[in-house]
Amino acid sequence: MTTNTKLIDKPESKSSVAQAPKTVFIDNIEIEIDAKCNLVQAAEKAGVEIPHYCWHPDLSVVASCRMCLVEMGTKSASGEVTMLPRLVPACQTLANPGTVIKTNTEKVKQAQQQTLEFLLLNHPLDCSICDQAGECYLQDYSYKFGRPHSRLHEPKVQRQDKDHIGDQIALFTDRCVMCTRCVRFTREVSGTAELQVISRGSVEEIDVFPGQPCNNKLAGNVVDLCPVGALCSKDFLYKKRVWWLKSVESVCPGCSTGCSIHVDQNKDQVYRIRPRENPQAQGSFMCDDGRFGWKYIHGEQRLTGPRQGRALGESNGNAKMHSSNGNGVQANQADLASVDPWPDILLNARSAIAKFAKSNSGKFVAVLSPFMACEEAYLLCTYLRGVDAKIAFAMGPVPRQGQDDCYPKSPKGEPPSRDKVRFTIRAEKCPNYRGVAAIVDRFQDRILDFDGCLNGIRNGTYGGAFVVGGYPDGWTDANTVAVLASLKLLVVLDMVRSPVSDSADFVLAGASFAEREGIVINHGGLAQLQRVAIRPPGDARGDGRILMELAGRKGLYHSQSLRAELAKQIPKFAKLGNGEIGEEGVQVL
Amino acid sequence: MTDAQTQTNGAQPQTSGETRRAANAEQPGAKKNVKWAESPTLGLMETLYLPAIASGIGTTIRRMFVRNETRQYPEVEPIMPANYRGVHRLNRDSQGRVKCVACFLCQTACPANCISIEAAAAPKDDPAWQDRDKFPEKFEIDELRCIYCGMCEQACPVDAIELTSIYDLTGATREEMMFDKEKLLEVFDITSTTGKDPVRTTSGKLGPASEFVEPQATQLRS
Repeated sequence: MTTNTKLIDKPESKSSVAQAPKTVFIDNIEIEIDAKCNLVQAAEKAGVEIPHYCWHPDLSVVASCRMCLVEMGTKSASGEVTMLPRLVPACQTLANPGTVIKTNTEKVKQAQQQTLEFLLLNHPLDCSICDQAGECYLQDYSYKFGRPHSRLHEPKVQRQDKDHIGDQIALFTDRCVMCTRCVRFTREVSGTAELQVISRGSVEEIDVFPGQPCNNKLAGNVVDLCPVGALCSKDFLYKKRVWWLKSVESVCPGCSTGCSIHVDQNKDQVYRIRPRENPQAQGSFMCDDGRFGWKYIHGEQRLTGPRQGRALGESNGNAKMHSSNGNGVQANQADLASVDPWPDILLNARSAIAKFAKSNSGKFVAVLSPFMACEEAYLLCTYLRGVDAKIAFAMGPVPRQGQDDCYPKSPKGEPPSRDKVRFTIRAEKCPNYRGVAAIVDRFQDRILDFDGCLNGIRNGTYGGAFVVGGYPDGWTDANTVAVLASLKLLVVLDMVRSPVSDSADFVLAGASFAEREGIVINHGGLAQLQRVAIRPPGDARGDGRILMELAGRKGLYHSQSLRAELAKQIPKFAKLGNGEIGEEGVQVL
Repeated sequence: MTDAQTQTNGAQPQTSGETRRAANAEQPGAKKNVKWAESPTLGLMETLYLPAIASGIGTTIRRMFVRNETRQYPEVEPIMPANYRGVHRLNRDSQGRVKCVACFLCQTACPANCISIEAAAAPKDDPAWQDRDKFPEKFEIDELRCIYCGMCEQACPVDAIELTSIYDLTGATREEMMFDKEKLLEVFDITSTTGKDPVRTTSGKLGPASEFVEPQATQLRS
């Protein structure tokens, strides 16, 4: 898997092979640099900010925005400094031994001011309605490096906004600074090359070939790459001003690549998901399936409370539905009457499982889900093993779609050769298959696959089951539903309402990836932490908390101490140590 | 009253002051050099009360001959100064559209969290909205929660929200006091037609984000 991690890395990292350390001088700060890097990166290491628009660490260098101009010189062995008479673009200049740069001289400051004045020449200054306001580099650099006034007296050139760029992308043409990051992205990373620059000079514009919009699976990244408000996401457009959003570091559950993400939320409502740079996981980007595929967490089908008794038999009056999303006063009164439905239902579920396992030893099966976090899987396994030593563990269906989708694509749409892969959307559409499998390994010699489990239920080997869901679409396969519904005891821990949860004796309303905390292990064995961004809807709870109480463990669900326990109990997870997971995750398997 | 009693009575304020001081000194963090103000002891004139009654009657008689300050509200309604901060209004632009561009700056600035806006893309199909990108689909102010500080109108980059001199805001229900966009525009219609425009606005002179103003030839030369 290490080969794969390398593959994800961009061409630059090929050059980031350690070299002999060299000394460079940035604003009289002396720093050692051991990898090949440009002056922007070198200055960043020294804590000095060199403003830039067109340069991005994952894209080729064009040095077209002229924002990163600095004074450069060399220091000879005798200590004599010779400065160049002209300014050089820091993004295009490599840091060599003895390189001296000055970023705060009058000459540099003047260049920055003039560049910004030029970039803002035809900018409409419509910050008040621009979605980028608050995270816009034109705003930030204007404050830090710009001049307060424009000397332009002529009316600004106004251009038509373009709605046809892509299904998810809107282009506000007159806000563009022509950094061409988006164009380079579609050429170098996605390989689909839809975007291009048309015309020249002051009428230069970003556009697509007529009738061929930018709809590739990585298209959403151009919105993140755009340093100004020119490219906006249609999905997020005008939904929320960015300064209201609180960002939580998490992991995308869309596929086993496990992209590091930011979940941006406000008042328990997720508004967008952005990629978080993590060279260990996926790099700087993410795919549109993950970026826009989180809507189910606010879907109407979400379970909002636990339930006891089969919903199908609701007419008999046996079922007790506890839900706080019921409409009207009646539901509220019911809520008041039955303060908290959880303690009773958990107690009943626990005794029902214990009773069933006692009378039918070895006939109870636990179906784990590849959407569970490792801590949750561990809690469930230890709990059920404690109830009955003969309980069988099975893996729920592992969603797979076609082949791994690798980028950059060739002009004909063919995948690249293995050493040129820069981004992979994996066929395995779940975040934690490897992690859950590794945990079950510890409790059972061979993990039962889902078909085997269904066969076992059909031929009467198993009479009761604890089924964990977490699938975004719920359980839709009619055959599976019929088989699971035939069980004598069915306990379901799930997030969305489905025919399976309707036919369950106990439904425990769990959480989506944005509402729970725990580690997931990606295709390469990298453990990353999904963090709580919002609260679950209604009376639903985090899966960890439910399992903690179901197992009768003392204390609150604390993922770090559970990880420490996991590291001690299961040798494969020893690398988790005391359970601390950094921003970039821990390589475990 | 015996001598002993008088003594104790006379000394009482002091004693109690000292006990307070002593009690305070024991408390951690009490200031040592606190100066205690004592209530003055009453003299003979004060204990008689008659002079005070006489001066009170004097005041009453004097008021009979000066101008009456009582406002006959609500029979006679006062005219508030033009910079009074009362009920909000949402201004209209020259074409009668809501001037607000839904930038959320008032909502951000509001210390009472009483403004809630929902933005949407301007209806581009409508020729009247061709030059606008974003507009407020909903704009609600909770007039009960508002503290009338005026920070919303200071924050507004397009002079769309203003506080008017309407002060007598009443309602039978809480819902009535939630002013939506239509109601706020209505306040604009009322105040702009009755000559009650607030003075803080730069009415007619708009920022660049609101309307595009053709630069004058004279400006170019200067």
